[in-house]
Amino acid sequence: MIPELGHYALMLALGLALIQGTMPIVGTRTNDAALMSIAVPAAIAQFAFVAMAFIALAACYVTSDFSVFNVYENSNSQMPLIYRLTSIWGNHEGSMMLWVSILAFFGALVAVFGGNLPPVLKANALAVQACIAAAFELFILTTSNPFLRIANAPLEGRDLTPILQDPGLAFHPPMLYLGYVGFSIAFSFAIAALIEGRIDAAWARWVRPWALGAWMCLTLGIAGGSYWAYYELGWGGFWFWDPVENASLMPWLAGTALLHSAVVMEKRGALKVWTILLAILTFSLSLIGTFLVRSGVLTSVHAFATDPTRGIFILGILVVFIGGALALYAWRAPMLKQGGLFAPISREGALVFNNLFLTTACATVFVGTLYPLALQALTGDKISVGPPFFNATFGPLFIPLLAVMPFGPLMGWKRGDLVGAAQRLLAAAILAGLSVVAASAIERRGPALAPFGVGIAVFVMAGAITDVAERTLFMRVPLRVALARAAGLPRSAWGTAFAHFGIGMTLLGIVGVTAWGSERLAEIRIGDSLDIAHYRLTLDGLFNRPGPNYRDLVGHFTVRRMNGELVGTMEPSRRTFPSRNMAITQAALMSRGLSQIYLSLGDPTKDGVVPVRLYFKPQVLMIWFGAAFMFVGGGLSLSDRRLRVGAPRPAKAKPKATLQPAE
Amino acid sequence: MKSLQALALLIVVFSASPLWAVQPDEMLSDPTLETRARALSKELRCMVCQNESIDDSEAPLAHDLRVLVRERIKAGDSDRQVLDFLVARYGEFVLLKPRLSWHTAALWGLPPGLLLAGIVMLYVAGRRRDGMPGSPEPANLTAAERARVAELLRNDTAP
Repeated sequence: MIPELGHYALMLALGLALIQGTMPIVGTRTNDAALMSIAVPAAIAQFAFVAMAFIALAACYVTSDFSVFNVYENSNSQMPLIYRLTSIWGNHEGSMMLWVSILAFFGALVAVFGGNLPPVLKANALAVQACIAAAFELFILTTSNPFLRIANAPLEGRDLTPILQDPGLAFHPPMLYLGYVGFSIAFSFAIAALIEGRIDAAWARWVRPWALGAWMCLTLGIAGGSYWAYYELGWGGFWFWDPVENASLMPWLAGTALLHSAVVMEKRGALKVWTILLAILTFSLSLIGTFLVRSGVLTSVHAFATDPTRGIFILGILVVFIGGALALYAWRAPMLKQGGLFAPISREGALVFNNLFLTTACATVFVGTLYPLALQALTGDKISVGPPFFNATFGPLFIPLLAVMPFGPLMGWKRGDLVGAAQRLLAAAILAGLSVVAASAIERRGPALAPFGVGIAVFVMAGAITDVAERTLFMRVPLRVALARAAGLPRSAWGTAFAHFGIGMTLLGIVGVTAWGSERLAEIRIGDSLDIAHYRLTLDGLFNRPGPNYRDLVGHFTVRRMNGELVGTMEPSRRTFPSRNMAITQAALMSRGLSQIYLSLGDPTKDGVVPVRLYFKPQVLMIWFGAAFMFVGGGLSLSDRRLRVGAPRPAKAKPKATLQPAE
Repeated sequence: MKSLQALALLIVVFSASPLWAVQPDEMLSDPTLETRARALSKELRCMVCQNESIDDSEAPLAHDLRVLVRERIKAGDSDRQVLDFLVARYGEFVLLKPRLSWHTAALWGLPPGLLLAGIVMLYVAGRRRDGMPGSPEPANLTAAERARVAELLRNDTAP
C-alpha cells in the first residue's frame, strides 16, 4: 500500500507542478492577480506531495519491503538502519527522487520566504521552477519509477554496493544535490527576469542568498566526496579529474563566478546581462552533470547502470531547458539596460578578472570532459583526456587568479588604487617570499615549482588577513578600537576573508601532498616494520573481526617515532561482504597535525605475506579544512543583514524608545 | 552526483583482482629510473579501465604496460621514445594528455583562446564605453547640475 501511495503522491505532484508551471505565467501576461497567486500554494503543495512520495520510499527501505524492486535491488535487512536510509539515494531511481525532492523543497522555500518579492517576478520564477520539477517528475514516473513491485517478493534484498556502505553516502550526495539543485533558483529567477524583460540591482539582492547557499552546499559536497574517495579507495587520491567529478566542479566554478558578478550587480548595477547569463549557465551545467552521470554517455569510474531511454529523456530535458533559456537570453538580453560604469583598475575590474578566469577554467574543464566524446562522434578518432591535461591547463588558469585575488577586496569601487593596494599587501608578499625560501630549504625533493605554489597559497591567506586588518585599522589604532571595528565589520566582509583564506589553505594542502608526499609499497610478514617520514610501523598481527553484514580481516600495526616513542596503533582491514561476495579495503588513517599517515592492506597470501601500501600525506587535511573555511565564509556572508531574505528592516524607532527615562 | 552509485565499477575493478597497482616486484632498483617510470605511468591510460592511469589501475593489462615501460627505460629509451613506442603500438588513446595535432587543436587552443577572446572583448567594450557620453568622468557637469547634485546629497538620508 505504501509504495502505491508514494507513486500516487508523485503523480499528484506532477499535476500540481504543471498547474504551477503554466497558470502563474498566464496570470502575469493577462494581469490576473488570482492566477499569479496560484504559484505560492501550488509550490507548497507540490513539495508536500513530493515529500510524501519520498517518505513512502524511505518507509519501504526502513521496513525492508523487498516486494519493491528498488528496495530489493539495493537494500538488505541485515544492514544498519543508517545504511538502509542512505541506500535510498544509493541508486539511480532513488537519487532522482532525492533530486526532485530538493528541487520542490527550494521551490517551496521561495514561496514561503518570498513575501517581499515583486509579485510578477515571484510568479514567473515559481512557474519556471515548477516546469523543471514537472520535467523531472515525468522522467521518474516514466523511466525511473522507484515504486515498481515484484510479483513474488523475495525474502532478502541484494544489498547495497559495499563501497557505498559508508557514512560518506549519508553526507556527500545530499549536499551535492542541495548545491546542484539550489542553483535552479538562480536559474528560475534569471528566466523570470528575461520573461518580464526587466532587471535591476535588487534582482541580485534576491538571488545572491540562494546562489550563496547552493554554493556552500556544493563546496561541502565536493569536498566531502573528495575526502570519501581519499579514504575509501585505498591509495589516498583526493581528486581524479574523473568526468563525474568534473561534472560537479563545473557548476562550482560557474557558481563562484556568479556569486562574484552578482556582488557587482547588487552594489553597482553593472554586469547585469552577464550575471543573468552566469545564472543560466550554472544551473545548465548542473543539468549537464545530471545528464552525464545518469545517461552513461561517459565512461567513467563513477559510471553506473545505464539505460538509453533515460539518457534520451534527460537529453530532451537538457535541450528544452538550456536551449530554451539561451534562446530567451539571446532574444531578451539586448533589451536589458546596462549600467554602472567603472575603470579597469577597480573592485569591479578585479571581479571581472575573477569572472574571466573562472569561466575560462570552467570552459576548459567542460571541453576536456566532452572533447573525446565529440571527437569520436565526429571523426571516429579515440583520444583520452586525463589528469595530465587538466593539470597542464587548469593550473596555469588558476594560479594567476589566486595571485591577483588578495588585491580585489582592497580595491575601491569604481576606481581603485593599484599602488596603494600593493603597498598594503607588502607584508603579505614578504611573508609569501619567505615561505618560498623556507619551503625550498626544508624540502629539497619534489618539483621545483612547488615552493612557489606554497608562496601563492601563503600570499592568498596573508592577503585575506590583510584585508581584515586594513578594515579594522589593526596595529594603527588601539587594540580595543580595532576589536570594536572588527565586531562592526559587515559579516560579508568577514565572509570574503574566510572564503579567500580557505582557498589558500586548500592550495597549500594540494601543493604539500602532491609535491612532498611519500609512499611505500611492500609485502611484509607479521613482525616486519616499514619506515615512512619520521615514523616506523610494525605489523603485530592479523585477526578477524565480524561486522553486521561483513567480516573484517584486520591488520594491527604499531606506530612509533624513529626513537622508539609509541605514537599509536593503526588497524587497516580487508572487508568482505558475503551477500555480494566482494571485498574492499578499509584504509587506516592517523592524523599527525595537518598531515596524515595512510595505510591500506592487500589480500594476504596463504604463506602469510601481506601487501601493504603506506603513505605519508603532508598537510593533506588543509585541503578539506580549506573547504570548511569557504563554507563558513559563505555562511557569514549569508547571515549579513542585507542578504537575509525577508529580514525586517532595521527598526529605527527602537533605539529611541530604549533611551527614554525609566521613570 | 560524483561518487554515488558510481564507485560501484571501481569496486568491481578493485575486488576482481588480487593485484595491486604498482607491485613491489615491478619496481626498478635504480630510484632515478623508477621515478621516471612512475611519472610516465601517470601519463598512460589503462585502456581496459575507465579513465585510470596504468599507475593507478590494478588490471592485468596495466601491470603488463608498467613492466613494458620499465623495460623500455632500462633499455635506455628517453621518455619521449617510450611514449612514441606505446603510441605506435596502442594508438593515441593510450596518452592521458593528448598530443597537439590538428584534431586536438581545439582542445588545446580553447583555454588560451577563450582567455584572449575575453580580454579583447573587455578591451573593446571598455573603449566603446570611454567613447560614450556620460563616461566615468563626471567633469562635464554644468554648474546647475552640480548644485542639484549637492542639494540631493544634502537631502539624502542615511540608507
